[in-house]
Amino acid sequence: MKPGVYHSLGLSEQEYQNICKILKRQPTNTELAMFSVEWSEHCGYLCSRKWLKLLPKTGKYKTLIGEDSGGIIIDDLAIIFKMESHNHPSQIEPKQGAATGVGGIIRDIFTAGARPIASLNSLRFGPLSQAYNKYLLSGVVNGIQFYGNCVGVPTVGGEIYFDESYSGNCLVNAMCIGIAKKEKLMRARASGKGNAIMYVGSSTGRDGIGGCSILASHEFKEGEEKRPTVQIGDPFTEKCLIEATLEAINTGYLVGIKDMGAAGLTCCTSEMASAGNSGMDVELKAVPRREENMEPWEIMMSESQERMLVCVKKGKEEQIKKIFLKWDLNASVIGRVTEDGLVTIMDNGKIMAQIKAHSLTKAPIYNMPYRKPRYLRKLNKLKLSKIPDSKDYNQVLLKLLAAPSITNKAWVYEQYDHMVGTNTVVLPGSDAAVLRLSRFGGRTNKGIAATTDCNSRYCFLNPYKGAQIAVAEAARNLVCSGARPAAVTDCLNFGNPQKPESFWQFKNCVDGIAGACRAFNIAVVSGNVSFYNESPQSAINPTPAIGMIGIINDINKTCSQNFKQEGDIVILLGYCREELGASEYLKEIHNLIRGDTPQLDLRLEQAVQKTALQVIEKGEVNSAHDCSEGGLAVALAECCISSKCNMIGANINNLNYEMRADALLFGESQSRIILSCNKDSVEKIRKIALEFKAPFCVIGKTGGKVLRILNDIEELIYLPLEDLYKEWSGSLKKKIEG
Amino acid sequence: MKFGVVVFPGSNCDQDCFYVIKDVLKQPVKYIWHKDTRLDGLDCVILPGGFSYGDYLRTGAIARFSPVMKFITDFARKGGAVLGICNGFQILLEAGLLPGVMLKNRNLHFICRYVYIKTENNQTRFTGLYNRGQILKIPIAHNEGNYYIDAAGLKELKNNNQIVFRYCSATGEISDQFNPNGALDNIAGIINKKGNVLGMMPHPERSSEKELGSEDGYFIFKSIITRLKNKRKW
Repeated sequence: MKPGVYHSLGLSEQEYQNICKILKRQPTNTELAMFSVEWSEHCGYLCSRKWLKLLPKTGKYKTLIGEDSGGIIIDDLAIIFKMESHNHPSQIEPKQGAATGVGGIIRDIFTAGARPIASLNSLRFGPLSQAYNKYLLSGVVNGIQFYGNCVGVPTVGGEIYFDESYSGNCLVNAMCIGIAKKEKLMRARASGKGNAIMYVGSSTGRDGIGGCSILASHEFKEGEEKRPTVQIGDPFTEKCLIEATLEAINTGYLVGIKDMGAAGLTCCTSEMASAGNSGMDVELKAVPRREENMEPWEIMMSESQERMLVCVKKGKEEQIKKIFLKWDLNASVIGRVTEDGLVTIMDNGKIMAQIKAHSLTKAPIYNMPYRKPRYLRKLNKLKLSKIPDSKDYNQVLLKLLAAPSITNKAWVYEQYDHMVGTNTVVLPGSDAAVLRLSRFGGRTNKGIAATTDCNSRYCFLNPYKGAQIAVAEAARNLVCSGARPAAVTDCLNFGNPQKPESFWQFKNCVDGIAGACRAFNIAVVSGNVSFYNESPQSAINPTPAIGMIGIINDINKTCSQNFKQEGDIVILLGYCREELGASEYLKEIHNLIRGDTPQLDLRLEQAVQKTALQVIEKGEVNSAHDCSEGGLAVALAECCISSKCNMIGANINNLNYEMRADALLFGESQSRIILSCNKDSVEKIRKIALEFKAPFCVIGKTGGKVLRILNDIEELIYLPLEDLYKEWSGSLKKKIEG
Repeated sequence: MKFGVVVFPGSNCDQDCFYVIKDVLKQPVKYIWHKDTRLDGLDCVILPGGFSYGDYLRTGAIARFSPVMKFITDFARKGGAVLGICNGFQILLEAGLLPGVMLKNRNLHFICRYVYIKTENNQTRFTGLYNRGQILKIPIAHNEGNYYIDAAGLKELKNNNQIVFRYCSATGEISDQFNPNGALDNIAGIINKKGNVLGMMPHPERSSEKELGSEDGYFIFKSIITRLKNKRKW
């Protein structure tokens, strides 16, 4: 075979030789296509698999690790969740790229037998000063609302950051959470000789061919036209597919089920057979199609959306077919399970491909070289004395509140239906979204909280600590809503893994996540790796997005970030260090991306979190908010203004720190939570903090219509809430719509 | 008192309505598949929110041809209570059971948030438990809620007291500033002349429990039940 053929499919010479060795002959075109997608980085995790083994798979909650998603068990319920990237399609065609990202992750959840109850997303774009980035943000938001709203899964939370490194390669990570009775869970397996392999859902077209191997597993180069590799989403069909699938699972006649996502039919046939230790004979003639004259390899590689492969117990085919037909969906028996371990693909009875299922799914593992980037030695150095202290802190605070990464995101989340399903108890705009479970578990009072987190500037300057901070902050966000951190899904976005410096970032981030999760005793139950996030200008900042779920024991004891009443006492748990490295302040005010990340002491972090959790669960506090980008001043401002109809000011007059005022106000020291409480609760909270050895300090009092912050006697901040609100609430819309 | 919740392909608030009636109001309720042809024994039919047929072509434009719509039209003609919420309202407009049309929101975006509406008419079987002028805190979630009707139609709505809800401020002020989607005259919900078919864009089923932040929508369902119970006693 000519090298051009397998190169164009994204395979190397070495990989091609391997394939010949496995088959003991030259592959057919269809076989080559199948190997090319299954052995792509996107499906096969060639570079990453070795390191992913470091991530803990068990934790304090009982975990479930499935083929395509994972979760935890709470009483008799399974909480299934996963986050996945759809970066490259979104960069090319933002609306459809984001929409199909949402659709794909929702399918991963309901094919596990769980009803999807919430979506979140983690988005990264280049600066909004560039027109294309504005187009990307608008398009991605449009895609998420188009798909999510119609499919009826509420989009309850997420995060958006902006950084130059994402110009030319935006990130769209979509997360979905589902709930199932644990006995109804499904696996992505085919087994039992003679059982039917049934194709259900939309018909197959030529859309998305090579999406995973050509598009997702290579970096962008100048002037490439890759639009035809992007899939097109149909949320209406997906909504019908959700209902039909859950109905079908309920019959008990299904053996296994899998979404035809990346690598479509190839992935489903080989991975279901492999997971079930069986084989299957598939006849392509029976595959419903929407285009004429499709070649067998095209059918096998198509990434048409809203399709699934189901293994049905022999003799129950008609009952299952009836359910899908009721929802006006295709349902066609295309094959049978065999015991020979071979995936045999036939076209009109003629064998087009015959490969051992295991050999397709056991992609080679590569040992990638890695090296610490040289530029870090210089960048990590930061002499505070060389940075002029800003004198007008009011102006700095207003500027930070308007910074796109910090500013209020209502323009975005009000376009998402975040209430459908009537489980959303804490709406978007607080530290974490909170959902009740009472509609699924009889009388349970329990709820879950969910958040996504990652500060990629931290990860760029210190991948190991940056990743640890992402985990710690996600946990802190959950704790602030009254939830116990329970489990993680991660979406690891990096540059080209064949560049040692890029791979070093990946390896260190995985190390960091693993270490932090072990410290919190929580498992990583699912995840996704996205490499090759590079444009001709640069690679993205390493971005290991952390999706975390927490458990709330009593849904009536949740907490949100805004101050609730005048005269409450404001408490700071944790303490402020004189650190400005990697901060939003340095970037926005001094145009510097430098220094090391803030320190992170996981023991201190846990002391602070345990204290906050306990006082929330005891009902002693009225608000809780974590300090993150923009530091103490931004966090306090958010406490004051994030409830538009009930804005309450504060007088912060007891910050006894001897340090630069800008570091005190805007430094991003970790492990800090701001609480507000009734006067009577102060001593109780102090006692609990002492018990957990968490630093505790009463720093001021709520009230009035002004935020005032003093250091000793010097007034650092004095700003009317109106001014704070104006900058914080209006600037994103202004930047996008002009 | 028996409720039916219609399920069109693409409905996505059907389960929420069903849940509120069954578990919050503790009333008998069943699903009605869009191909069903019997509405026997029902007192109230709810057309829920969602994206029936994906909103393809135009909101509600395909759903109105579902087989069940003929029977719902008969049901309404005979005086049965019909409540259309959001997409359900849009379907009622397309089916001609209520006058007017829906345009895209004036900001051209989907809008999901809490708004305030004023009860303009409490003399209906859906609003009997509200005071006249009562302000409700209730969420909206739609792309096409920008209600429109020609001048003659608007006059008729007003003359017959058919405007049931209007968007307003937290204190009840009605002005363009508190109009989330550009709807003509801040109209959020209207009723037919006969008084048995109500269409509204806001979602009462999302605001029927304290836990979710508002119970103001609860009394729509409660009003229907109270009215029917009393009627039977009479």
